[in-house]
Amino acid sequence: MALKSGEIAHSVGPSPQNKLTFDLPSGLSRCLMNLRGVLQSGRGRQLHGYIGTGMWLNSSTVQFFVRRHTVFAVALFGLCLLTRWVVAVDTVDDFGIPQVAEINQQIRGVWQEYEMSASPPATEGEWCRRVHLDLIGRVPTVHELDAYLNARVKTKRADLVKKLLYDDSYVAEYARHWTTNWTNLLIGRSGGTANGSVIDRAGLQKYLRDSFAQDKPYDRFVYELISADGSNTPGAAGFNGAVNFLIGKLDENAAQATADTSRIFLGMQVQCTQCHNHPFNNWKQAKFWEMNAFFRQTVVMRQFETGTRMVRVAELTNQDFAGEGGQPLEAEIYYELRNGLLKVAYPVFVDGTEVGRSGFVSDVNRREELAALVVSSPYMSEAAVNRMWAHFLGYGFTKPVDDMRPDNIPSHPELLDYLAGELASHRFELKQLMQWIALSEPYSLSSRMTRSNASDDPQMGNAPRFSHFYLRQMQAEQLYESLITATQAHKTRSSYEQQETDKNVWLQQFVSAFGTDEGGESTTFNGSIQQALMLFNGDLIKRATSRDQGGFLHTIASGNLSNARKINYLYMAGLARRPTQQEKFAANQLLLARQGDVTAALQDIWWAILNSNEFILNH
Amino acid sequence: MNSSSITDGLSTEYCVRRMEQPKTESQTSRKDGTMNQRIPDGMTRRHFMRHMAGASAWTIPALTLGRSLQLHAADLRQRHKSAILLWMSGGPSTIDIWDLKPGATTGGPFRPMSTSGDVQICEHMPQMAELMHHMTIVRSMSTSEADHGRGRYYMHTGYKPNPNIEHPSYGSVLSHELREGREELEIPPFVSVGGGSVGPGFLGMAWSPFTVTSGGRIRNLEMGIKDNRLADRMNMLYLIENNFDRQKRGSASQEHFKILEKTERLMTSPQMEAFKVRQEPQRVQDRYGTSGFGRGCLLARRLVEAGVPFVEVDFGGWDNHSGIFPALETKLATLDQGMSALISDLEQRGLLGDTAIIWMGEFGRTPRINGNAGRDHWARSWSVAVGGGDLQRGIAIGETNQDGTRVESEPYTSQDLMASICKALGISLETTFTSNEGRPMKIANSGKVITDLFG
Repeated sequence: MALKSGEIAHSVGPSPQNKLTFDLPSGLSRCLMNLRGVLQSGRGRQLHGYIGTGMWLNSSTVQFFVRRHTVFAVALFGLCLLTRWVVAVDTVDDFGIPQVAEINQQIRGVWQEYEMSASPPATEGEWCRRVHLDLIGRVPTVHELDAYLNARVKTKRADLVKKLLYDDSYVAEYARHWTTNWTNLLIGRSGGTANGSVIDRAGLQKYLRDSFAQDKPYDRFVYELISADGSNTPGAAGFNGAVNFLIGKLDENAAQATADTSRIFLGMQVQCTQCHNHPFNNWKQAKFWEMNAFFRQTVVMRQFETGTRMVRVAELTNQDFAGEGGQPLEAEIYYELRNGLLKVAYPVFVDGTEVGRSGFVSDVNRREELAALVVSSPYMSEAAVNRMWAHFLGYGFTKPVDDMRPDNIPSHPELLDYLAGELASHRFELKQLMQWIALSEPYSLSSRMTRSNASDDPQMGNAPRFSHFYLRQMQAEQLYESLITATQAHKTRSSYEQQETDKNVWLQQFVSAFGTDEGGESTTFNGSIQQALMLFNGDLIKRATSRDQGGFLHTIASGNLSNARKINYLYMAGLARRPTQQEKFAANQLLLARQGDVTAALQDIWWAILNSNEFILNH
Repeated sequence: MNSSSITDGLSTEYCVRRMEQPKTESQTSRKDGTMNQRIPDGMTRRHFMRHMAGASAWTIPALTLGRSLQLHAADLRQRHKSAILLWMSGGPSTIDIWDLKPGATTGGPFRPMSTSGDVQICEHMPQMAELMHHMTIVRSMSTSEADHGRGRYYMHTGYKPNPNIEHPSYGSVLSHELREGREELEIPPFVSVGGGSVGPGFLGMAWSPFTVTSGGRIRNLEMGIKDNRLADRMNMLYLIENNFDRQKRGSASQEHFKILEKTERLMTSPQMEAFKVRQEPQRVQDRYGTSGFGRGCLLARRLVEAGVPFVEVDFGGWDNHSGIFPALETKLATLDQGMSALISDLEQRGLLGDTAIIWMGEFGRTPRINGNAGRDHWARSWSVAVGGGDLQRGIAIGETNQDGTRVESEPYTSQDLMASICKALGISLETTFTSNEGRPMKIANSGKVITDLFG
């Protein structure tokens, strides 16, 4: 007996395998349900902590009591079972996916190490909103939300993630969302928008859209972007949209192509080593120029509109490179040390792998060689995992996310390593990685902080522990798509091209370019007054809150729902929750103030919802 | 000395929060009670809100309510210090503008020209040449950030980029320090014209740049519905906002709340007239020129006049890696017109003594002229130009060697320049901020004042 209870006490660890395996009498079960509620709340966590430290660990005390007081022992035994059950409740579902279990375990390990406990789970509505925003770039419709909230199966989260990733009806939105992310990553928000630009933004987006719609493996995708040749404009002979990544980065001996390829695909910021050795690690200036040498066969051919400087079509192509020393078989380049000495560089990958030095494309196609080296490098998988993690959790394992130099130690090195390995062994299918992260425990937590984890704030310079969901603002594009979805304007949308053009025009109001050769830019879509003004008064909001015949608000207002349910509907559409008592009261006051003009009252409420922090923040 | 100043810094911060707090609460209480309250005719919404706040707290003397904003703007004009940063995005070739090297192999084709001050500048700046008795050139800037992003950050903040902390930029720091006595200012205190500047870092979004085009156009300023509906909408909004904010989800949510208040204020403010550059007499507009930069300079003057403590005017296109000299001839003509118009206009209006002017970019350009007849990034030896405020005028400080590749005198950094600008505006260099991680940080990164800038 004593041994048995000791055993149980021992097994009451944080093992995720604990499952409730017996039926409880119904009265007890009800009582436990109440307790379960308490335990899931913040206060319950404290109580749970008490039980964990105060009672179980001291097994000799347990044995002492058991020998002396059998009745007490029985009670204790019961309590053990109960706690075991509570622990089962407290453990998180891994949906039978080993990668999810591994993420959960590693993330929990760090919480334990830093003696912090996680926030309670997000509400179902919050989680559903989150996963729509991050996977397909918009908030869920009321219909989607209801379907999810009403589902009664245990696998409903996994089902939803699978649906958003693999169901045919979401392919277009999925591809649009990831095309947006990658366009901004590859050429920025202003790339290809200036008059006379050599970059064809639509061309790149067409390529990206096709790639994401077809689930192109990530290694293939990277290979194509780095090695691409062809025309930049859809419809032109030899069109290959992928060329638009590099086509605008070849000025000044392709310095930008070198820096961006390393940063985006390898997580290495080599641009500083263009002019000097890296100040903090052993990266030498040679590293930049040896990478740079891979791009020196690459040229851009432009055809202009007759009589103008407007580029009609541009072609990215490879040309034999004679080398700066004029010896094509040993095509070298020169760079200058800070002391004025000239040095020679040939194409050498960051890990020291050399390729042939010939400048003849028929001997060595340098970009193809580079692309092959990049996709077989472990740096690529790590950089991809880091970026993807940051996409879902708000922060990557390193800060900045694309600076993974050796002295920038990741917050969870083993997890990063593990996920990079898993990605590679799952044929670089990005959707797998998305699924693992989206179903993980850290992604499911509330953004409400507790006393125990309030210090987990990467904004304050701490390494992220992912013990609560980090609040972040929607991207401008997510907001745009969300407004369209929330007002059901997507049902009457124009052609895809027209939609993208409209969206781009709208986006440009937030972007200002620095006017440098690196294409730096800043955005005012960052919680600024400009952004607030746009959400208060902009055309997009005017349209979203319009009372026009057949529009969103008009349809709701003239429907046969009760006023309370109309207001409910707006809250679900915007915030994925029902209004509080106080909000209901205020909404009723507004109805009175509008003297029974329901549409006008709904306009005002909808305007307030769309302008709230709760709407604009992914939480 | 030091520790007391840290405490001072903290207590000021604390006071600011304390002052904001009751306001927030009074709005909260307003939310439930006054849903049906109408704004009386002939009163702006903002004005109305003041009454409401006054009525509930009895803290604002009745006198301030009746006071005309215009009158107050006149007050500001007389008493307040400001700064204008002319930001030359891309890294201007100061060896061709402020520190010419005629005869050296690095010299380039431009000739130096004598000026009204005790300095020589580029021949393509004839109008500035007549105003150099108002300006001072610091020829011994020596920095180490020669990447656009890093240089931009460093020159704007006085700090090198650090992934774990975001430092506030010039505009945020100076507008924060010059906030006193500007309580009636409804225009954001840091306006960036024609560019994005650098953000407020740990000072928070309330001190972020308000970005406008050089023509002063502000999008989406008007709602186009009746004021009473705006009031009701705001009440509903503040209710949702507060509910979420109370749930301890971090600073992003609180920052949003502050921005909403400022936005509401701005929408109803008559002070926004200051942005209407086109209201200037044609003669004045012509003086500044029709370029974006010229218009930006004119807007800067109007804003400073309206009491805005910090205006940044962005002028890009200095990243001349190739064909630099013909490009510079065009750019310098634009610069010359806009900058000279601004300085003489400020002077004539008696504003120059209270307005510091800073002309700089992220770095200079290589003395060596490259194979494409351009100059590349160069941070080791370059120049900035400053003037106005309490700064010494009409001289050049420091010098570079014969071919411009090295600073020969005491080298100065971004933080030294920033410290000097602070001093010129009467801001104490003992001012200490508390970063969001609780670390005390001295203003201007403890830079040392460039003593020659002060007589």
